[in-house]
Amino acid sequence: MLPPLEEIKTTLEQLLPGVTLAVEGIALLVDAKDLTAVCRCLKDNERFGLDYLADLTAVDYPPDRMDAVYHLYSMAQRHGPLTLKVKLPRTNPVVASVTPIWRGAEFQEREAYDLYGVAFEGHPDLRRILMWEGFEGHPMRKDYVVEDQDA
Amino acid sequence: MSQTELDAKLLEVNLGPQHPSTHGVFRMNVTLDGETIVKLKPVVGYLHRNHEQIGERATYIASFPFTDRLDYFCAMSNNFGLALAIEKLGGIAVSERGEYLRVIMAELTRLLNHAAVTGFLLNDMGAFGTPLLYAFREREKILDLFEAASGSRMMCNYVRPGGVRQDVPPGWLDQARRLVEEFPRFLDEFEALLTENEIIRQRTQRVGILPKELAVNASATGPLLRGSGVNYDIRKVDGYSIYPRFSFKVPLGTVGDVYDRYYVRILEMRESLKILQQALKEINDASPAISPKGLALVKAPRTFRPPKGEAYGRIEAPKGELGFYLVSDGTPQPYRYHIRAPSFINLTILEDMCLGQKVADAIIILGSIDIVMGEVDR
Repeated sequence: MLPPLEEIKTTLEQLLPGVTLAVEGIALLVDAKDLTAVCRCLKDNERFGLDYLADLTAVDYPPDRMDAVYHLYSMAQRHGPLTLKVKLPRTNPVVASVTPIWRGAEFQEREAYDLYGVAFEGHPDLRRILMWEGFEGHPMRKDYVVEDQDA
Repeated sequence: MSQTELDAKLLEVNLGPQHPSTHGVFRMNVTLDGETIVKLKPVVGYLHRNHEQIGERATYIASFPFTDRLDYFCAMSNNFGLALAIEKLGGIAVSERGEYLRVIMAELTRLLNHAAVTGFLLNDMGAFGTPLLYAFREREKILDLFEAASGSRMMCNYVRPGGVRQDVPPGWLDQARRLVEEFPRFLDEFEALLTENEIIRQRTQRVGILPKELAVNASATGPLLRGSGVNYDIRKVDGYSIYPRFSFKVPLGTVGDVYDRYYVRILEMRESLKILQQALKEINDASPAISPKGLALVKAPRTFRPPKGEAYGRIEAPKGELGFYLVSDGTPQPYRYHIRAPSFINLTILEDMCLGQKVADAIIILGSIDIVMGEVDR
């Protein structure tokens, strides 16, 4: 069983000096600069063993916020989910890619980049995936205007 | 020899987007050294319709017909996944009979999906038509049942939060029992033709091997993951709905090749039949097909305003983990509606499985992943 969120938070803060986390609802809030360290620890430390990234996406909160959301499970220990959130600025959101940690993030990060414009630093091949090359804008953003409403 | 002359030996080929083996409008950008694959990049998005944005503009219930069109082979399980997430978000209880009907529909879906995908895989290997038609003959019987229950063969739009849209007509359960009784005969015949078949073994064994660790790391789910020997079935792990009541096994592969994925699907069909037998025996009509809270929601969708918060609901769909991530802001529409599509994420690892293989093998490796473009592109 995964320990309660508060316990995960204190354990992580002890293991990773200099990292401060917060709990919001069912999610653990991580600073963008700490994401790689926190994810490595969650995956490699046996207390968590979160070896499986089930789901990665973004949520848009105009006017100034964009969240990256991660759902983590452990296949070996059969527990989860742990929800991670990274709050990013809405203009030019940049966060470290977790693809080097979980390969399963590769296409999901490309999708979040394509539809929301979140740039994942260190991604091996960050291109649009659902929309075509040369498409402008990010259609899942709340303020995206569909050109031809009648079509 | 200069560098350019060396490079000229590599050939870049586009397989698709219109190609009989790509299971829809899907393209593989392949770089070949002779016939050996040195690079493969999947290109998707031809069927993209921004399903998620449509979901964020509609009420929670209005998204059900759209989910039918994700993985259009498995409409029933898609409905089931969304219903589960909404129930989690809004705290909706499910009626007893509704639970049974859902499980019956979900397992029938697994039968028809696995039968059809095996047929398609054989098609990809060059056994044109015959195995596929054997599978489609059985699929047709299941679609008849779906039509009788929901009014539609493929776009069922049947499961609702709290249960199912309407009860099954009289005699339906007996018809389903007959199907479950007869299905093993088809499976035996299918297996007699395929499982020990030398040509199939030659063609599929040790092709497209996916090692256990890589499968987990790449978020592979469903038969693709279990073919590699990882024991992870969400029906067992989460024990959602009423699955803990039934006894069934989780079949696992050992090598993680195309053959193992084929065989895991055959065995999963046998396990689904076990679940169906038990469910069809235990189901009774003591409760309505949908709970009162679910019915209220269905009748007046705009009155359903779940409290602010979020939920991630997931099921073991025939193709893998189908997840729905919903964020509510207290209005009748979800603020965020995201789908974790198994076909899409299982494609992540396609290149690794194909490297060093022949181009003809890439076709069957893709076939063994089991993708439906409606779900990949959303």
